[in-house]
Amino acid sequence: MTWAPNTVDATHFYLQVYFWIIVAVLAGLFLLMTFVQGGQSLFHTAKNEMEERAITNSLGRKWELTFTTLVLFGGALYAAFPLFYSVSFGGAYWVWMLILFGFVLQAVSYEYMNKEGNLIGKGAYKFFLYFNGIVTMLLIGAAIGTFFTGSNFTYDPITRVLHWGTASNGFNLRGLEAAIDFRHGAWFNLSFGVLLFAAARILGGLWLINDIDNNEFPELIARIRSTLKKCFIVLLIALLIVLYGFITMKGYSYDIHTGVVTRVAGKYLHNLLSFGAIPLIVLLIGLVLYVWGVFVSAFGTSTKGIWYSGLGIVLIGIIVVIIAGLFGTPFYPSYADLQSSLTIQNASGSKYTLEVMAWVSVAVPFVLAYIIWVWYQMKKNGPITKEEIADPESHAY
Amino acid sequence: MHVDVNMLEWARAQFAMTALFHFFFVPFTLGMSFIVAFYETIYVKTGKKEWKNITQFWQLLFAINFALGLSTGIIHEFEFGTNWSTYSWVVGDLFGAPLAIEGIVAFFMEATFAAISFFGWKRVSKGVHLASTWLLAIGSNLSALWILIANGFMQHPSNEFGNFNIATSRLEMVNFWKLIMQPVSQVKFLHVVSASYTLASVFVLGISAFYLLRKKHVEFAKKSAAVAAAFGLIASIFVAIIGDDHAYEVTNTQPTKIAAMEGLYIGEKGAPIVAIGIPKDVPALSVNSNDQTWAFKIEIPHMLSILGKHSFNAYVPGLKDLIQGNPKYGIWSLKKLAKIGAEAKADLLAYHAAKEKGDIAAMQKAKNDFYTVVWPANLKGKVLENAANSKELVIRKADLIGYGYFKNVSNPDLIHPPVAPVFYAFHIMVALGFWFIILFIWAWFSIVKGAFANSSLLQKLAVLSVPLPWIATSFGWMSAEIGRQPWTVFGVLPTAESVTPIALANVQATFFLFLVAFVILGIAELKILFTVVKHGPKGAQ
Ligand code: HDD
Ligand code: HEM
Ligand code: HEM
Repeated sequence: MTWAPNTVDATHFYLQVYFWIIVAVLAGLFLLMTFVQGGQSLFHTAKNEMEERAITNSLGRKWELTFTTLVLFGGALYAAFPLFYSVSFGGAYWVWMLILFGFVLQAVSYEYMNKEGNLIGKGAYKFFLYFNGIVTMLLIGAAIGTFFTGSNFTYDPITRVLHWGTASNGFNLRGLEAAIDFRHGAWFNLSFGVLLFAAARILGGLWLINDIDNNEFPELIARIRSTLKKCFIVLLIALLIVLYGFITMKGYSYDIHTGVVTRVAGKYLHNLLSFGAIPLIVLLIGLVLYVWGVFVSAFGTSTKGIWYSGLGIVLIGIIVVIIAGLFGTPFYPSYADLQSSLTIQNASGSKYTLEVMAWVSVAVPFVLAYIIWVWYQMKKNGPITKEEIADPESHAY
Repeated sequence: MHVDVNMLEWARAQFAMTALFHFFFVPFTLGMSFIVAFYETIYVKTGKKEWKNITQFWQLLFAINFALGLSTGIIHEFEFGTNWSTYSWVVGDLFGAPLAIEGIVAFFMEATFAAISFFGWKRVSKGVHLASTWLLAIGSNLSALWILIANGFMQHPSNEFGNFNIATSRLEMVNFWKLIMQPVSQVKFLHVVSASYTLASVFVLGISAFYLLRKKHVEFAKKSAAVAAAFGLIASIFVAIIGDDHAYEVTNTQPTKIAAMEGLYIGEKGAPIVAIGIPKDVPALSVNSNDQTWAFKIEIPHMLSILGKHSFNAYVPGLKDLIQGNPKYGIWSLKKLAKIGAEAKADLLAYHAAKEKGDIAAMQKAKNDFYTVVWPANLKGKVLENAANSKELVIRKADLIGYGYFKNVSNPDLIHPPVAPVFYAFHIMVALGFWFIILFIWAWFSIVKGAFANSSLLQKLAVLSVPLPWIATSFGWMSAEIGRQPWTVFGVLPTAESVTPIALANVQATFFLFLVAFVILGIAELKILFTVVKHGPKGAQ
């Protein structure tokens, strides 16, 4: 038995599936790493200079990994699904430009905010970190939402002409319409944004609880815990709306043999139940782990919550991306013209390119291994202390 | 495809601006990461605290710069999607792959080991720390390798590794190994990294000289300068040697670029180089003698043939030949190229029209025509779907499809880049290259003789030279990239066909968004750097 389409090269198809799974794994890891952004939205819990520097130093050692994961995510999509790269970035122009801008501002902030002569003052850099922590996360969440609700574009692969938005209404918002066009699921996109932001914020809090010395900063840790409890309620509400959306939404579907796209009710639920309901089971495990982490560290006194919630969000991320693109689902649908929708089959690079990149992907486990090793090396001597922050010989912020 | 010309200019300006900003920080990272690794190695070997101070001081400057390198870099990666979406679609396979590999093998190495190198002084052992500093340097330089493979492909997209697929209407990878091993990219890589080592060495030498002039931190400055002078001497000589190879590659792959760089309008055997001159921008077809195009010039006879073709009397074509054609040397006219390109385009459309109708015979006919060999003579007319399989270099209609764009262009000068900016940028870079060699030879001898601390003329020159390598690297990129015009992928994809179809106002708005951000952050960076330099190293006198 074969799952491959009978009209095209089966190897090419399996490579496309493989790369979608890689994209899903990267997305899951990226979501984990957004604890940095989430942490940046918690600066207000610090009530004095020392507490603030504890947060800065804890996050300041990790932000680059998040940033680099995003860069790799872009690169992987570029190489494996170039048509997506072209249509989404060129089309939803403003969404991506604003997301990028948030990262541009973030990249300098840690290094510059506590340095003498930094021109615009510490407050400005702190504002940049908030911007990246809140606005960027909302935007990324909303952008992920459009993978389910669809976007407004048509595409001609031969003459390569891309149309985005309706020119007739005079004003082309270039992607930002996803947040205001309620006929096309803006409520879902927005809730997804809030969900992502809340999830990241909770991860950020859990990370700080783990990484900052609890004995030296008891008040800060207590304040973070109480913020997390409130944030958890927001998370639950957003999650319910998103789940409601998934179940009731008319999803997009295509035939892997003919490529014809149609709208199908209950598509995403159907995807969850495919493959012996494995996606659903993994998703539930992810959710339970995530909630368990919150439970032990925000409601309880453990410092280990981040590891449960972190693993949980990786699993959730993987499954959400998988159901968006596999099982005959166009991952970047167009509601303007169903047949312009992008699928892993029509948006992918050539077979040869994917083969080459598949060999390159062998490097991924090695990279993960040294990242974990370095992480361990940096953490094995315990959490961040006042002494380390004040030490003139450590590169502290 | 119809493109708003105004918008195209803005998109180009935006790319140029962000690229130049990025490359302010990049070469400093590439060079400084090694210099810091040298200092730390000496520290670990000798165990002397003063070397630790030296390491930490330069590492701090490195870190301040590094942040802005990342900040300006991320724009680039996504700009290919936002502003150059058609480009990304057509060449995504060949161009996206090196970019993705850069991410996985280089950027992670950089980011991960930077964490230990910056923050791990007290958290890991000396050996692990030193290894991390080295891995950070190697990671940065690997990233240069992969991005330059990507850029090298744009300069020379040979059909040995890229094939235009009629069915998908895209350029697809056919040989990965040839893509990464192609000489254009390799030479480019060596040139860029050695230029970056030069840049960082000039910086360290200059700042050290500044302390010596002020009679501050004298021991610190002497030690720092000694390492920088040695590194800089080797690197600057290497830059020139490889630069020559670079020019050779350009001459043999991008004739319009080299002609513009040297302001050569009419091709010659034993072509000279204009060492110093003021070129006039004139319509190439109106030129009858090469003397007509200069307001002033000093020539070195035969030099261009020697450098560009490695032969005393070799022929180098000029801009006029490249437009008009020159049968004597087998150079095709723009008209002929455009005609073949237009035919290839027509085949492409015919193929897809036939596919719509399900007319398999017509599809096959269009396809055969598309892949017909037009050069060399002995293979002419043969159908070769995959040129990579042939033993010799062949050109098929498909390879010239980009020229179809120039079929109805009224001004033939659009086929080559503007002469003046490319000429000046290139020549100033080369002149500065020679100055750096002189500077380092001088500095090196003076350090060996123990006279550096007392030679105030040399110290002053070293301080004044600090901004110069930034000028050289920026001008180097301008000659490379403006010189590639009007193509993004030389001979395959015109710049005008690469850009995203989008309203002008969007591109203008993002142009200013990034301009303002980078100017403010750039000034902030310089202010922080100056403050750190003014305070001087910790614990040194
Ligand atoms: C010759 C070297 C070179 C060149 C030509 C470029 N870069 Fe670069 N880039 C680097 C060398 C480098 C670097 C030295 O490796 C940086 C600077 C700081 C850093 O971490 O890496 C970097 C950073 C950097 C980053 C942030 C990486 C991270 O997350 O760690 C991105 C996304 C890019 N670059 C992308 C680009 C693109 C799309 C370019 C094409 C125009 C480009 N760079 C030209
Ligand atoms: C970081 C160093 C670089 C600098 C300073 C630089 C500079 C420039 C400049 C000045 C232009 C404008 C040319 C013109 O419009 O006339 C340009 C265009 C461009 N460059 Fe680069 N470049 C750099 C690296 C690269 C690399 C590594 C790539 C590809 C990997 C690249 C791809 C492009 C593209 C796509 C354009 C836009 C189209 C065009 O106008 O040619 N550049 N660059
Ligand atoms: C000493 C003689 C030098 C020669 C003969 C030389 C040659 C060249 C050539 C031919 C190019 C154009 C490559 C292309 O169009 O693709 C180039 C580009 C470049 N040069 Fe040089 N160069 C010299 C010195 C320098 C110096 C001193 C620096 C900086 C410190 C430098 C930095 C660059 C950079 C960054 C580029 C653009 C990247 C590239 O295309 O490689 N060059 N050089």
